[in-house]
Amino acid sequence: MSASEIRLDQNLTKAVGQQTDRRLFAAIGYVVLAILAIVCLFPFLLIISSSLTKESVIAIEGFQLFPTAFSLEAYGILFQYPEQMIRAYAVTISVTLLGTITGLLLTAMTAYCLSRKDFKWRNAFSFYFFFTTLFNGGLVPWYLLMVNYLHLKDTMLALIMPMLFNVFYIVVMKSFMSQVPEAIVESAKLDGAGDFLIFIRLIVPLSKPALATIGLFLALGYWNDWYHALLFVSDEKLMPLQYYLYKMLGNLDGMRKAMAESGAVMTTNMPTESLKMAMTIVACGPILIAYPFIQKYFVQGLTIGAVKG
Amino acid sequence: MNRRGFWGDVVRYRIILLMLAPAVLYYLLFAYVPMGGIILAFKHYDYAGGVFGSPWNGLDNIRFFFESGDAWRVTRNTVLYNAAFIVVNNALQIMAAIFLFEVGGKWFRKLMQSALFLPYFISWVVVGSIAYNLLNYNIGTVNVWLKGMGFEPVDIYNTPSYWPFILVLIAAWKVLGYGTVMYLAAITGIDTEMYEAAEIDGANIFQRVMKVTLPNLYPTIIILVLLAIGNIFRGDFGMFYNLVGNNGVLFAATDVIDTFVFRSLLMTNEIGMSAAVGAYQSVLGFVTILLVNYAVRRHDKDRALF
Repeated sequence: MSASEIRLDQNLTKAVGQQTDRRLFAAIGYVVLAILAIVCLFPFLLIISSSLTKESVIAIEGFQLFPTAFSLEAYGILFQYPEQMIRAYAVTISVTLLGTITGLLLTAMTAYCLSRKDFKWRNAFSFYFFFTTLFNGGLVPWYLLMVNYLHLKDTMLALIMPMLFNVFYIVVMKSFMSQVPEAIVESAKLDGAGDFLIFIRLIVPLSKPALATIGLFLALGYWNDWYHALLFVSDEKLMPLQYYLYKMLGNLDGMRKAMAESGAVMTTNMPTESLKMAMTIVACGPILIAYPFIQKYFVQGLTIGAVKG
Repeated sequence: MNRRGFWGDVVRYRIILLMLAPAVLYYLLFAYVPMGGIILAFKHYDYAGGVFGSPWNGLDNIRFFFESGDAWRVTRNTVLYNAAFIVVNNALQIMAAIFLFEVGGKWFRKLMQSALFLPYFISWVVVGSIAYNLLNYNIGTVNVWLKGMGFEPVDIYNTPSYWPFILVLIAAWKVLGYGTVMYLAAITGIDTEMYEAAEIDGANIFQRVMKVTLPNLYPTIIILVLLAIGNIFRGDFGMFYNLVGNNGVLFAATDVIDTFVFRSLLMTNEIGMSAAVGAYQSVLGFVTILLVNYAVRRHDKDRALF
């Protein structure tokens, strides 16, 4: 055998070895990923199944992965007397819309100023914002400011203001806008466009991907917020959806009373456990439905953030 | 006329400054003004006096916090939980990202990534509801399964020793997809020539992962871990509060600084003390971040925060 033949032979064995290793690796990979995916998904199946199970069966058999006795009674109750639920939805939708639109506009405007390379003080202002992520006064002074000095308790502003700005979003948006070629801004200036006009006419249209991503992050934050309601809302008319669910999980009796007040007839065999699960589905339903369409924007956002971190 | 100096700049940048004004005022009001409120840590708060009129009481608040034994318990829990989250979350996320990159076709990858990312999108309240479904003594799924296999049911909500495991698992579950996407982005950025070179040198896929992928991920891992360490004194209030709530039986194993401050402020109304604990947390966190940044700067100057 010539030397080159021997080498060829070795390469062949190597290649065959690589092939078996590759298969083994792939097998492990498929199994691990499948297990992780099942673990991630099965709680959702559990909730859906539990919400569709007859209450009397839950009381005896407990929650099951598949409904052993199918029933829509929990949803029936929820939709029979939906006043509170509709009100909670209305609060959440209003807060999400107002907060996202305002927050997005202000975030973009701020990020644009910080991305302007000819703006001398941009580093100073960046640090001014950034410092608030390093150090803060803690919960108490902020809470007292909101409640005792700004009197925002039981107002919709208390649900909107705290999440209007986020330094991380400003940074992500800024790093996106920094990629807009300076020449474009310069030529617009030569044409006599002012800074605000450049922002609205040029930068905003060019930043659509970043705007979509940050907008969705903001909207998700507002939709899922319950914390600021826990701190600032005691008026039932202002309860957002997640906080309503929180209340319901902790205090179903209180909720039943509220339902009775709003016209529901108290029934002794009213479902409780399946009702909690049905309410859980109602609270995250829109997100589960929108999820396949919005997911990629979040991936995009994380990737933009990861580059400039 | 071409004015110079500070006021000249103010005039030149007037539109930009106006556009920045909302954010500047916002952070002034909601971040910088409350920083001044740290003085409450050294005051005995009364409602009549408010922030400024309440009498000073020196270090009484912080002394009370330490002498009650709460300081050690909540600080220990906060740090240990965060340390466990950092190790478990990053290990799982890196593993998932490597497999997602190496295994399966486009369709499979998309499906897996969507499944892993889903828990990130729901609120902690919904997670609390899921935990209730799983862990309830009478009807919880875990106990249904235990009973089905002939075991005694366990009273999870009254047994503190289970909770470190439960909380670490649920935290990992919630952020698995988020971290996986970040690491996947980093892996995708690795130069493919390196893989090809390794393959020509006869490396099998295990060696390639260990010798090419992981070393190339180290900068990302180090940065993400260090950033997480910078937040090691910040407990995830949403998680602890929705999973444990005000269930005092579990506090020895589950109470973190953030839940403690919340309860002191809104349930027991010890305002001065809770302000002191909040300040203690802020200062510890600030010092940690400075140290971490110093470490990052030494490791890789471009990655330093400031």
